[in-house]
Amino acid sequence: MEQYRINKDAGLEFGIYSLGDHLANPNNGKRISASQRLHEIITFAQLADQAGLDFFSVGESHQPYFTTQAHAVVLGAIAQATRNIKIGSSSTIISTSDPVRVYENFATLDLISQGRTEIIAGRASRVGLFDLLGYNLNDYEALFEEKFELLLKINKQKIINWEGQFRPPLQNAEVLPRPLNHTLPIWRAVGGHSASAIKAGRQGVPMFLAHLGGPVTTFKQTIDAYREAASESGHDPEQLPVATAGFFYAAETSQQALKDLYPHINEGMKKTNGQGFPKQHFAQGIERHNVMNIGSPQQIIEKILYQHEMFNHQRYIAQIDFGGMPFDQLQRNIDIIGSEILPAIRKYTRKNDN
Amino acid sequence: MNIVALSGSNVGTKTKIAIDYAVDKLKETEENQQMVTLDLSAYDIQFSDGRNYLDYKGDTAYVAKTIMEADVIIIGTPIFQASIPASLKNIFDLLPTDGLRDKIVSMIVTAGSQRHYLVAEMQLKPILNYMKAHVVENYVFIEEKDYHMKEIINDDVFLRIDRLLEDTFTLSEVYQDVQKKKDAAYGF
Repeated sequence: MEQYRINKDAGLEFGIYSLGDHLANPNNGKRISASQRLHEIITFAQLADQAGLDFFSVGESHQPYFTTQAHAVVLGAIAQATRNIKIGSSSTIISTSDPVRVYENFATLDLISQGRTEIIAGRASRVGLFDLLGYNLNDYEALFEEKFELLLKINKQKIINWEGQFRPPLQNAEVLPRPLNHTLPIWRAVGGHSASAIKAGRQGVPMFLAHLGGPVTTFKQTIDAYREAASESGHDPEQLPVATAGFFYAAETSQQALKDLYPHINEGMKKTNGQGFPKQHFAQGIERHNVMNIGSPQQIIEKILYQHEMFNHQRYIAQIDFGGMPFDQLQRNIDIIGSEILPAIRKYTRKNDN
Repeated sequence: MNIVALSGSNVGTKTKIAIDYAVDKLKETEENQQMVTLDLSAYDIQFSDGRNYLDYKGDTAYVAKTIMEADVIIIGTPIFQASIPASLKNIFDLLPTDGLRDKIVSMIVTAGSQRHYLVAEMQLKPILNYMKAHVVENYVFIEEKDYHMKEIINDDVFLRIDRLLEDTFTLSEVYQDVQKKKDAAYGF
């Protein structure tokens, strides 16, 4: 775990992620400017840092209603604005990027942030970026697998000799700069499908599992499949961190949390995904059996501890800012996390106290 | 309310004729509704490759979006080789797995033989249910002998289509009422 900068004894890590969506607040129909949204994301990261959270990440989506396409640039500003919090991408679409450039960017970020930077590499759920960046969608899977392997190789070796299908060969190439502590934690983003988790397991790389909603045990099966595949391929699952990522919202009561969050999720998903979130399913988000972390602080603590019991994961990251959520509500959530949720989670998942 | 009448084949005329009758009838009875006819023979639609439906282009994007925006869908389908045509199956494949959630869907089936009567029951309904549609249980089954020179000649077909439309909108109203009450009860 140490090579991924995870201290198991410290308990479950808690982080925040933003997809960098740029949507109107459904309650008043108003959308802040792209500039304001970017500044709010940076301030959001600062607040998370000050509240003692472990991780903050930003993703890239190349389509309307998003504003962090150049997510590494945004992370540069965050690296400079924060002190202790680990930072990363959620996710970097490695399929449509040059792994050499990605590594250069993130190694640089690691130096600026004094060793706090990580990469989460994914395949993209929407595919408009293939046209935009000049890639063939038919190569969706092959592009990811080849480029992800190259990224891992660059992380391991200072001098690279490599040949592949989608990039000119590298001969005795030196990819610089190198990260502060020699390597970066590189995770594979998994969208909930066991097949993808099994691939991550076979590769022996940490897994970042995204979940919009659904039964906790379903995601446990995916995590079990990941660890089993890792073990079968000769990797030690004990050394491979697992992170989960999903919707989060805390308010005084669970009913208030549902009320505050629902319009943002429902309207935001209509715009970015083409379908709203059924109320019936959303209402189940406060149940212990559902993986979404929505409710009162105490309910959320119990939910996260239940998830930890089932998943034995090392990090949970929360998405709070989707769908034009006003900044003061983000601020309030960070306060609640820092003052109530995080201390409880750490207390119950830290090694000494168990 | 958005009503879509989908003629599910890219060849032949019988399904289209039945769908056209249904649309004409609807224009009389459901005057104030938004109504769109999608005749798959009029569009150039690509095969599904699993991407989000918003990411398709041209006719494929238009047809997928129009269906996703519908509240009521009346599907017309012929039966080929004891199954629905590939063109119609492809439409389902273009959409999200629960793409028909909260939509009322009814079926008008045309076939060359009585032997195909159960095909919609055994093959089309399971797809619609899987995609979370509210399916109107009874459907209209029209045979070769009900047509002559591109016209429906069996009075019973008109009467059955009329009743299907009535049932479709009755079900739609019931679901809308119930849904409204349920949504209010959630309190968010």
